[in-house]
Amino acid sequence: MARVGVFVCWCGSNIAGTVDIETVLEAARRIAEVVHVEDNKYTCSESGQQSIKKAIKEHDLDRVVVASCSPLMHEVTFRRCIESAGLNPYLLEMANLREHCSWVHRNRGEATDKAIKLIGMAVAKVRRLEPLIPIRMPVEKRALVLGGGIAGIQAALDISKAGYLVTLVERLPTIGGHMAQLDKTFPTLDCSACILTPKMGEVLHDENIELLTYSEVEEVRGWVGNFEVQIRKKARSVDMVKCTGCGECIEKCPLKLPSEWDLGLGLRKAIYRPFPQAVPGVPVIDREQCFVFTKGKEKCRACERACPADAIDFEQEDEVIKRRFGAIVVATGFSLFDEKAYGEYGGGQYKDVISALQFERMVNAAGPTGGHIIKPSNGREPRNVVFVQCVGSRDRAKGIPYCSKICCMYTAKQALLLKEHLPESQAYIFCIDIRAGGKNYEEFVNRVQSEYGAIYIRGRVSRIYERGDKLIVKGTDTLAGIPVEVEADLVVLATAIASQSDSPQLARILRIPYDEHGFFSEAHPKLRPVESVTRGIFLAGACQSPKDIPDSVATAGAAAVRVCELFASDELALEPAIALVDAERCSGCLNCLEVCPFEAIREERVDSRRVASVSESICQGCGTCAAVCRSEAITMKGFTSPQLYSQIAAPFEEILKELEVEMPSC
Amino acid sequence: MRVLAHARGSITKTVIQKGQNQFNPIIIGFLCTWCSYAGADQAGVSRREYPPNILPIRVMCSGRISPHHILKAFQMGADGVLVAGCHLGECHYIRGNYMTAKRIPVVKELLSFMGLSPQRLGLTWVSASEGDRFAAVVREFTEQIRELGPSPLRGVS
Ligand code: FES
Repeated sequence: MARVGVFVCWCGSNIAGTVDIETVLEAARRIAEVVHVEDNKYTCSESGQQSIKKAIKEHDLDRVVVASCSPLMHEVTFRRCIESAGLNPYLLEMANLREHCSWVHRNRGEATDKAIKLIGMAVAKVRRLEPLIPIRMPVEKRALVLGGGIAGIQAALDISKAGYLVTLVERLPTIGGHMAQLDKTFPTLDCSACILTPKMGEVLHDENIELLTYSEVEEVRGWVGNFEVQIRKKARSVDMVKCTGCGECIEKCPLKLPSEWDLGLGLRKAIYRPFPQAVPGVPVIDREQCFVFTKGKEKCRACERACPADAIDFEQEDEVIKRRFGAIVVATGFSLFDEKAYGEYGGGQYKDVISALQFERMVNAAGPTGGHIIKPSNGREPRNVVFVQCVGSRDRAKGIPYCSKICCMYTAKQALLLKEHLPESQAYIFCIDIRAGGKNYEEFVNRVQSEYGAIYIRGRVSRIYERGDKLIVKGTDTLAGIPVEVEADLVVLATAIASQSDSPQLARILRIPYDEHGFFSEAHPKLRPVESVTRGIFLAGACQSPKDIPDSVATAGAAAVRVCELFASDELALEPAIALVDAERCSGCLNCLEVCPFEAIREERVDSRRVASVSESICQGCGTCAAVCRSEAITMKGFTSPQLYSQIAAPFEEILKELEVEMPSC
Repeated sequence: MRVLAHARGSITKTVIQKGQNQFNPIIIGFLCTWCSYAGADQAGVSRREYPPNILPIRVMCSGRISPHHILKAFQMGADGVLVAGCHLGECHYIRGNYMTAKRIPVVKELLSFMGLSPQRLGLTWVSASEGDRFAAVVREFTEQIRELGPSPLRGVS
């Protein structure tokens, strides 16, 4: 006979507001093998946990049911709690009365009835639970950081400074990310490059950091502590060791192509560096454009002749690198909403309607126009510039209900920069409202209005069209309640922050969840904001949600700390809930071997009989093998068939008793 | 498993409980912890209401659910069984849910062979962020089971 204690939580009014606790306690007392029942306002609180510990001692409990919130929230808490009272931590079961009951049902009677059933099921399972002991595994103390924007750079540097090895993988030929494209940053107006490039250099010279640019992760196997990762380092066609970065090759290349880095506003060559301060400074050949690859081996080769270091290598092949990592930080950043979706704004159609990032390239002294703000159509200086906020953001019709968080601020900054560059100009800003939450943000927006004369118009823009060489911006001033029309020379669209278009693919490779907008999901929005639910994989920067630079840097630091925490011990305790084969019962069909996603099952001989055997260190505990085992020879610890059967049967027990029908045996 | 014709009478007694004249089915839900269980949590967090008939059982992966478990639920008298996992391609264990996707149709066949409507067994994919979807799926499935009426095995065991 087990001695089960049931602890029912009110969770303040979260549960008690909908579930009648008294009735639940009454019912719980009647369940077989339950020897102690009590309730608590907040079971997870220190006093709540103390009272569990006390009850374990006083009533000699050997198993515990906590009926409170989701086990995904507090299972670890209560496992630790009962462990400190001397019980095996795995002799705990939780009944989810909050997320699965009180928060989703309104009828008190129905919710109470369901709560009783859920507790009955939890007791049924806990009675059959067995003590488990975590498996210990060595940790590979090398971290993989995906993405070389400011978040990835910061995470890599932080982990390295703690003394661990890091591999930083970036898919572009240079690190730096979007921050390297910006001119100045709000609200301090620091020059973006001035604060970023030293960090980029630091990465390059850090002995703990291996930098793999122009590279992508192809495959991730394994688990926390021991991820096996395959990385494809694309052929740069330039020998990274020989290249001195002199740039002669770029000079001589005859091909001029639109530069992705400058969003089409400038040109680059077929052999190029995205921008002069690129790290590494080794150029890359665009094989889709270069004559040697498009027209034939003997063609052109101007760069090869120009290179004093003999570094050009047209024959270079992709390199496939395999490494083991103990932890992964995902910092793959964001992309921008395509303004072409707003046909009514003429995005992509009118030359003088540009995106905010294009404007950013334009004001940048190192950008395609050398820092001159011009109308792309004729190269003249604009006078009236209209900024349109929330292009994509907060627009359900365009599929983006969320706020992109940074557009209000960068628009204000761009209006300021406009005035600084062209004192004669006038900025008009169409906005729904201004969101300036952040240190010194509100003050900054006020300054842009009062000192730099930016005119804010509250309302959405309905249409933009050309009249002569002007653009007519039509909208409504919703404060004044009148239609407005502004004659503009240049229109800047603050396009929404979107997830990277291939984030679902990466999520699949990493086995981490993502939300409906393609942003990676954190394990808990408040308490575990930089962890993914997959142990050992952490999130930093805007791949999780739109973030400004300070937030990206902060989350990167937080993710780095999580990594270091993992690496601080030599061994990792892994979930003991894995599969175990009973060789006696095993018929040797080996169906399990075929379905195992991890190749954790081997064939073995026991007394010359063929049987299956599970490797402890590889098994991840999905239980797929147990489900195909016809002879039920596989025990999925923590989720054994007898445990599941009694859980299934529990809600029917009352009914069957009432009908005086005998319970079938499991 | 004995299927008794006269069981109907007793069902009416228990199922249509004291004064309620709506049939309240019992539905066992098998939810994988990574997506569907978390999705159900999400439904809670965002207060998406759904009928209370579903009783969730958490497993690590939908691939853990064998025909044994499903049949056991029906044997006990469940009016419906809903198996929920991660979307295909998103299983935390790479391809556990592909096994589920193959298995469920087979179990459905088996149910019709036994004289139970295969519609009593549902299979769905709900991701961790799809609280809305979880609530909607449960609402719909509960309605479907309600229309089918009590399981002929209810109270028979
Ligand atoms: S983990 Fe959700 S279906 Fe496998």
